[in-house]
Amino acid sequence: MRKLALSDDILMKIEKPARYIGNEVNSVMKDKNDISIRFAMCFPDVYEIGMSHLGIQILYDMFNRREDTWCERVYAPWTDLDKIMRRDNIPLFALESQEPLKDFDFLGITIQYEMCYTNILQILDLGQIPMAAKDRRENDPIVIGGGPCTYNPEPLADYFDLFYIGEGETVYDQLLDAYKENRHCGGTRNEFLEKAAEIEGIYVPSFYDVTYQEDGTIAAFAANNIHAKEQIKKQMVKDISHTYYPQKPVVPFIKAIQDRVVLEIQRGCIRGCRFCQAGMIYRPTRERDVAVLKDYAYKMVKNTGHEEISLSSLSSSDYSELKELVTFLIEEFAGKGINISLPSLRIDAFSLDVMQRVQDIRKSSLTFAPEAGTQRLRDVINKGLSEEVILQGAEQAFAGGWTKVKLYFMLGLPSETEEDMKGITHLAEAVARQYYEIPKDQRKGKCQITASTSFFVPKPFTPFQWETMHTREEYIAKARLVNQEFREQHNRKSLRYNWHEPDVTVLEGVFARGDRRVGQVLLEAYRLGCLYDAWTEEFDHDKWLQAFDNTGIDIAFYNLRERSVEEILPWDFIDIGVTKKFLIRERENAMNEKVTPNCRTRCAGCGIGMYEGGVCIESKG
Amino acid sequence: MKARVKFRKFGVMKFIGHLDLLRYFQKAMRRADIPIAFSGGYSPHMIMSFAHPLGVGLTSDGEYFDIELTEALNSREAVARLNEVLVEGTEVLSFVQIPDTKKSAGMTIVAAADYRCLVKSGELPENHQELTGRFFDQPEIIILKQTKRSEQMIDIKPMIYRFQALPGGFFMEVATGSAQNLKPDLVMKAFRQYAGLSEDDISFTCHRLETYARDGEDNLVPLEKLGSEIV
Repeated sequence: MRKLALSDDILMKIEKPARYIGNEVNSVMKDKNDISIRFAMCFPDVYEIGMSHLGIQILYDMFNRREDTWCERVYAPWTDLDKIMRRDNIPLFALESQEPLKDFDFLGITIQYEMCYTNILQILDLGQIPMAAKDRRENDPIVIGGGPCTYNPEPLADYFDLFYIGEGETVYDQLLDAYKENRHCGGTRNEFLEKAAEIEGIYVPSFYDVTYQEDGTIAAFAANNIHAKEQIKKQMVKDISHTYYPQKPVVPFIKAIQDRVVLEIQRGCIRGCRFCQAGMIYRPTRERDVAVLKDYAYKMVKNTGHEEISLSSLSSSDYSELKELVTFLIEEFAGKGINISLPSLRIDAFSLDVMQRVQDIRKSSLTFAPEAGTQRLRDVINKGLSEEVILQGAEQAFAGGWTKVKLYFMLGLPSETEEDMKGITHLAEAVARQYYEIPKDQRKGKCQITASTSFFVPKPFTPFQWETMHTREEYIAKARLVNQEFREQHNRKSLRYNWHEPDVTVLEGVFARGDRRVGQVLLEAYRLGCLYDAWTEEFDHDKWLQAFDNTGIDIAFYNLRERSVEEILPWDFIDIGVTKKFLIRERENAMNEKVTPNCRTRCAGCGIGMYEGGVCIESKG
Repeated sequence: MKARVKFRKFGVMKFIGHLDLLRYFQKAMRRADIPIAFSGGYSPHMIMSFAHPLGVGLTSDGEYFDIELTEALNSREAVARLNEVLVEGTEVLSFVQIPDTKKSAGMTIVAAADYRCLVKSGELPENHQELTGRFFDQPEIIILKQTKRSEQMIDIKPMIYRFQALPGGFFMEVATGSAQNLKPDLVMKAFRQYAGLSEDDISFTCHRLETYARDGEDNLVPLEKLGSEIV
């Protein structure tokens, strides 16, 4: 029987010991004597969050198909265990073998959101792996990062040996083969990094130097090693129907956020909303073959025993075989006690009909994401959702028996005026009014319209990457203005308004578009005790401000200025296929309130056509 | 048709709490293609009820749950199919048919359980055998029972049916179920108090051996004996 890394006494003392014992259904056990590469795959947040991530399940399956590799999982220990591990000097371990991370060949960390950055340092620190890449010795694991935040990896450059830019399914085999060969030939750590630097999509931060101008902007970003490429090309799977997909995903014992079979129906999005990073970096939109998905559904239900199937994509309604797939899932599985959940669907007759069949209308609510309060601002952000469409959708939904509607918006978008902010309220009011037009004897009591706002954070590789953000006080004033307006509406008793705290927004802004220098703030914040910043009850704003103070890093430089399009941006060395020229053109269109049609309607010439995949060839064929 | 499943819980699975274990077995039913019945409604759930929850940290050789089947299934095949899809730390021991009456199913019939508690740290007193006898011969055993909401002094003696010394620990049969329930660690606490020992002096790991119901003649019978093999 496996020996656990933690004693019974510790496991009985901490919250949810099942987070740390492994042994889950479909977790992969191998004999470490039979394999040559040990890979620890980490999601730097608590187990229930990390276990819900599809990307890790894909890579876990892909690595473990290799006979020479054993991929295990590791998640951030919750604060209770964190304290005990520090006190007793227990090294962080991987779940399957329960052996210390420091004995592994690779530590792969997926970086999904900025507010998990202190947890990355926690993983390294508890793992007893030097936090700074430059301090690592021959026997330390190679620390590699991937995921959406690595489209600007610079704030984390000091802590990683490698970054993998793009989709994991393409060059990992090449990378692992290079590692094995290097070791076989007695090569050093640095020699491996040089070999890795030559593989497409792999970025070795220590092989580049950054110099700065007097005003703080970047003067030059240049390679200091002949093996380092000038541009790092994002990796992309051309045919997502015939690639790796985990048909036996790991089934956690404790309830994870995503406790269901997940079918990724497509990657990318044809819409091109100008604030959305995913919509740019995952171009071109690629659909997974419907026959393949049906087959996966059978196999995955059988292999996991899950009681729910969920579709995953950025915009499910744009999947061209949606009707066929959804009808199949309902007919095949709904009668067998398996729920079908359909997130990110546009509200129309079809989706309402489907939802009536799979959900309890009394409990469920309908969701719209207009993102902005007025048509003008929706045109600026290229969100092609009109008030008319929303009200029509709401009308149909109310007629179908729904009484709850959720509306999602952003505050702080470029060019936003007071009218745009108040527009959020007026749109919510219009939806409520729509409900009360139904004769009293035909409706079911009151309706409940909930509007939520988050604050917009400009992200790299979007047409808004040059835009300014605002101060914490300005954000609060914006939310107050909206809140005040809500109180003055006729149907205010049916309306609800929630807004996100702005403290985290400011930090997200710094790390989303920061350069290498902001890495120091991160280390200082961690040293001061910041951890689990994505968790409201753990987030400590004062400590973060202290960290900025101690390191002399100025938030305003990163957040409170409009960058010129000539400025060298920290992430300019990455080539995502979408050209800067296109982003500038889209920025101009935004300022002119001009809408760009979606990829399927008309090609906007973003540059991704070079990859010859997905919607780009579909429209020409 | 109703069936009763007996299983063992050991190794690292002792850290899986009751509700998580329930979800684990629901998923196992589906993986093993057991023809289990569902309730109606928008979110139908499997008809499955556990006999008596086992505390986190405890292992057991005598755990039970009852299910409703939509069609008959051979006992031997059901055991094999379930064990095929279970992970180390859980093992199905038997799968029997039980009468369809309400009275015979579920948690309400549980009356007692056997436990073995062995020394985890520390040492038993030298007169272990004799002390055990004297402890159990007391007319009453008063102990402070602490729950999340209250503290009260209770006499646990009537709930201890058997109590014996074993090499390295104890065997006990105690009241279990919704009417009366005694946890083995409370008995161990009482014993420590009686022997003048503290928790630092000696601690125990407890293991459930069997779960019982009372039959028509008021005898304790293992839950599986109330069912019959499906052939």
